[in-house]
Amino acid sequence: MELVAEKNTKNFTMNKESEQESKTKISIKNARVWYGDFEAVKGISMDIKPNSVTAFIGPSGCGKSTFLRLFNRMNDYIDGFRMEGKIKIDGTNIYNKKIHVEELRKEVGMVFQKPNPFPKSIYENVAYGLKIQGISDKKVLDSRVEKALRQADLWEEVKDDLKKSALALSGGQQQRLCIARTLAVEPSIILMDEPTSALDPISTAKIENLIFGLKEKYTIIIVTHNMQQASRISDYTAFFYIGELVEYSKTKTLFTKPEKKRTENYITGRFG
Amino acid sequence: MNKIQVNRWKDQLFKIWGIGCTLVGLILLVLFIGDILIDGIMRIDWGFVMNLPSRKAEKSGIYTALMGSLWILALTTIIAFPIGVAAAIYLEEYAKKGRFSALLEINISNLAGVPSIIYGLLGLEVFVRILNLGASVLAGSLTLSLLILPIIIVATRESIKAVPSTIRDASYALGASKWQTIWNQILPASSGGILTGVILSLSRAVGETAPLIVVGALAYVPFAPSNPMEEFSVLPIQIFNWISRPQHGFIENAAAAIIILLLVTFMMNAVAVYYRNKWQKKWN
Repeated sequence: MELVAEKNTKNFTMNKESEQESKTKISIKNARVWYGDFEAVKGISMDIKPNSVTAFIGPSGCGKSTFLRLFNRMNDYIDGFRMEGKIKIDGTNIYNKKIHVEELRKEVGMVFQKPNPFPKSIYENVAYGLKIQGISDKKVLDSRVEKALRQADLWEEVKDDLKKSALALSGGQQQRLCIARTLAVEPSIILMDEPTSALDPISTAKIENLIFGLKEKYTIIIVTHNMQQASRISDYTAFFYIGELVEYSKTKTLFTKPEKKRTENYITGRFG
Repeated sequence: MNKIQVNRWKDQLFKIWGIGCTLVGLILLVLFIGDILIDGIMRIDWGFVMNLPSRKAEKSGIYTALMGSLWILALTTIIAFPIGVAAAIYLEEYAKKGRFSALLEINISNLAGVPSIIYGLLGLEVFVRILNLGASVLAGSLTLSLLILPIIIVATRESIKAVPSTIRDASYALGASKWQTIWNQILPASSGGILTGVILSLSRAVGETAPLIVVGALAYVPFAPSNPMEEFSVLPIQIFNWISRPQHGFIENAAAAIIILLLVTFMMNAVAVYYRNKWQKKWN
C-alpha cells in the first residue's frame, strides 16, 4: 500500500486522527478532468479509506459525479474527455496503459442514479456480469445469483419470480436489483451515483440500510444531493464546489464543525 | 364580421382543404386497387400461380417470375442484412464523431436518394461484366443489396440510437467489453427497429424493376431458377411485359400479377408494423 508522500498545501489533507490510519483504498493525486475546453475537475487529491462509506456532496455541476466516474473509468468514452493526475487503487495506477478497463470494472462496481435494469429477467440481470466473464456453470451461476440477491436484501421478494422481467419490479426493487447485479461480480469498491434520488422515502431507507451493512466488506463511495443521507450513512464526507475539493473529513466533523465558511453555508442550506 | 369569426372561418377552410388533400391520395389508391381487382381477381387461381409463362394468355402463369422474386428476396436479405447492420453498428458505436464520420453520414443519406436505375448501371458494370456473373440471380441480388443498404444502415442507426444510454453504462460498468455490450444488450434491444427497417427496405426491393432490367433480367424465362447463377425474371418485369402486349388476356394477367405483388409487399409491411409495435411496447 502506497502512502501519500508529498503534500500540496493547496490540496486537502486529512486530519491527524485519520492520518494515523495508514490504510488507503483509493489514492487520488492532483486529478484534473477536461471536457474539451471545460475543466470539470480542477486538481483534486484525496485518499479514500477501505471498508468505509465516503459521501461526495456539493451543488449540481460541481464535478462530483465526473470525479466519481474516474474510479471505474466511465468517462473514457465521452467525447473530448481528457484527464491528468494519478489514481491508484490498492497501489495500482488505474490509468496506466496496461490496465484492462474491463478488469478494473470487475473490481470497481457502479450503481447509477436511475435504476437501469436490462430488459431481461431478474435472474439474467444478476447473472450478466458473470456470464460475460465466461462463467456458464449453472450451479455456480445459481448460487452466486442467490447470494447477490440475498446481499442486496431482495431474495425473499423475488425468489419465486426469477424468470420474471426485471422491468416489472418497482423502482426501489429495481435499484436493489442493480446493486445485486453489481455485487454478483464481487468487486471491492462500489460507486453509487445518487442511487436514491429517483426513489420514494421507504425504498430510500431500505437502500441506506443496505449500504450500511455492505461497508463491512466493501469500500463504498456515494454521490448524494441529500445531506441528511450523507450524514446518516457515511463515515467520511467530501464537499465539492465548482470542480474543487473544498473540505474532506469525518462526516461528524464536517457536519458539526466545518472548517470552511463555504461548507458551512452549503450544509446549512444557504446556497446550492 | 369580427376578427374572431374570420379566424374561425379560416380555420374551417384549412381543415376542409386538408381533408381534401388527404383524400386525393386515398381515393386514387382505392380507385387503382379497385380497378386492378375488377380486372384481375377472377384470373387468380392455383394454376395462375403455378403455371410457366406461355404465349397464350389463359395458359400463362407467374411461377417463374414469383420464384425469381423469392430468390432475389432471399439472396438480397442474406447479402444486405449483415453488411448493413454491421456498417450501422460501426458508425454508431465505434466510429469517432468527427468530420470523416459526418462526411460518411451525409453520403449514406445521399445514396438513399440516388435513382435506382443508376444502381442498375453500377450493377451491370461491376457484377455482370467485371465480376463476370452474367445476368444471374446473384448479380441482381447484389445490385438490389446496394440499393437498399443505405436504407438499412439509416434504419439500424436510428434504432441503435434509441437504446437508452443507461443500458450501455450498466453493461460497461459490469466489466463488459464493447462487443459484449453490443451483442448482449444493444442488438437485442434494437432488434425490433432493425427488423422493421430491413423488411421495409426489402419490400422496396421486391417492387424494383429498372435496376434489374439494366442488369439483364429477362421478360421471359422458361424455368424458375434453381441456383444463384441462373437467369431469372421477377414479378414487376413480368407485369411490365404483359402490360405491353396488345391482347386483352395479358392485361388481365398483369392485373392478377399486380394483386399478387401487392399481397407480397402488404404482408411484408404488416410484419414490419407488427414488430415495430411490439418493440415500442417493450420500451414505453
